[in-house]
Amino acid sequence: MDELEKMLLMQIADLHKVPDGAYNIRNNGEADGRRSTPHIRIESRKDGKAGIDIFISGKAQGESVHIPVVITKTDYRETVYNDFYVEDGADVLIIAGCGIHNCGQATSEHSGIHTFHVGKNAKVKYVEKHYASGDGNGENVMNPTTDIRLEEGARLEMETTQIKGVDSTVRTTRAGLAANAELVIREKIYTHGKQFAKTDFSVALDGENAGADIVSRSVAAQSSQQELYLRIDGNKKCHGHSECDAIIMDDAKVLAIPALAANNVDAELIHEAAIGKIAGEQLLKLMTLGLTEQEAEEQIIKGFLS
Amino acid sequence: MLELQHISFSAGDGDANKEILDDVSLTVSERFVAITGPNGSGKSTLAKVIAGILKPTEGKILLDGEDITALSVTERAHRGISYAFQQPVRFKGLTVKDLVSLAAGRKITVSEACSYLSEVGLCARDYIDREVNASLSGGELKRIEIATVLARGTQLSVFDEPEAGIDLWSFQNLISVFEKMHARTNGSILIISHQERILNIADKIVVIAGGKVTKQGTREEVLPGLLAGRICPALEN
Ligand SMILES: Nc1ncnc2c1ncn2[C@@H]1O[C@H](COP(=O)(O)OP(=O)(O)O)[C@@H](O)[C@H]1O
Ligand SMILES: [Mg+2]
Repeated sequence: MDELEKMLLMQIADLHKVPDGAYNIRNNGEADGRRSTPHIRIESRKDGKAGIDIFISGKAQGESVHIPVVITKTDYRETVYNDFYVEDGADVLIIAGCGIHNCGQATSEHSGIHTFHVGKNAKVKYVEKHYASGDGNGENVMNPTTDIRLEEGARLEMETTQIKGVDSTVRTTRAGLAANAELVIREKIYTHGKQFAKTDFSVALDGENAGADIVSRSVAAQSSQQELYLRIDGNKKCHGHSECDAIIMDDAKVLAIPALAANNVDAELIHEAAIGKIAGEQLLKLMTLGLTEQEAEEQIIKGFLS
Repeated sequence: MLELQHISFSAGDGDANKEILDDVSLTVSERFVAITGPNGSGKSTLAKVIAGILKPTEGKILLDGEDITALSVTERAHRGISYAFQQPVRFKGLTVKDLVSLAAGRKITVSEACSYLSEVGLCARDYIDREVNASLSGGELKRIEIATVLARGTQLSVFDEPEAGIDLWSFQNLISVFEKMHARTNGSILIISHQERILNIADKIVVIAGGKVTKQGTREEVLPGLLAGRICPALEN
């Protein structure tokens, strides 16, 4: 692994060295290290598609899995399928993420399709970071798809972050929740230049007392464009909350389309949305503390996305 | 020392031109100067003119003899002007510690941040990591605002109705915050207030009504008249 690849790993997974616990590092399409542990087994897929199957035993308590993907080739495209089988009662932290460094002229693209089968009362924290850099004109494209099935009483908390660098992204998340299951999603996006980011969340609350809380915060700067689709279906007595909060700057464009479908009289669904530029009052307050207007803007954005 | 010379400010344009400040002159050389006057008389506008948020239509502002009329908000902050807003601003994502650090102008330790918060009567540990957002009450926000000015510790601190929204019980503590500031400041405190307890510790009181200074002088000169209600400032002229 060279310095560049190490830098990408740092960005997406805070990895300075081989991680503790189970891991699988994918580097330009090749396996670049894998470790299974007594409670977490990682295997190559058997259906011929690229990717891995991750089996997490119910005995895994407070354990972690890292599955970073690094791409440093230009004109390289891949679609990778990773399936997580989380047994009843497990408690795990899953850190995924993709880093692309594309110095060439052609497009590099990673489409990661992650499927989570989360057993009864299991707890999963899923952290996903996307990062791209490069000094060529080649585009960096990432299209993460996340498919989540939560069995009774399961809980999944997803933190997904994409700060700069990615030229084009379509982020699709689908979830179905059984009784008493809980889904929490926190998304953070910053786009600039001519970047395009589309996020599409669709959550079905299928079981009694299922709950979802989805918050997307984004900053769209320069002439970037963002689209956010956010749908929650309440099919039983359940509670769903979604929130979209965007700061728009320069010539950026943001389109937010929330949808709530209540298919049961006891479904409680709430959506909040706000898109606007940074409030003048906020800039002024920080300027009275001695910051320049630009420094004030940076602090406000940094806080907003932290 | 701050000097305002013949400051006027009018808002709006065209016919609806409204004189909000009308030829206001005053100096702040004492350690503790209070401005009082009825609602809508132009006190907050004056504070914003001092901080550089509003540019006066006429007049000059001098700080230690330097003409700062043309300076920006940031430049005035660097010259040593601090300003606690009447209506503090909320920030999604910035924590109380972030804000106090920005005010101090450097990375500060948790215990330093806590000491500023304790001074304004907030149990610091409970607040330090809170976001300065809509989850804070008006009174909490007000005190954090005062803490940012304490953290700056500059030569001129302007407070716009710091007591507003603070309950009576905590008000006692607030008075002692200002008493302490009064005792140890090397510069000046300019405070806009309606509170007798605050006016009572002022070295000088300025009464503003209808955008004009209607009276100024020592506490002994101004306060008795205000309290007797004889100079109800709104009715005086
Ligand atoms: N931007 C503005 N445009 C028009 N009128 C304003 C503006 N700001 C304040 N005013 C008016 O100026 C007057 C003085 O306001 P302000 O300085 O806030 O008074 P005070 O702080 O003494 O209560 C009020 O009548 C207020 O409505
Ligand atoms: Mg006011």
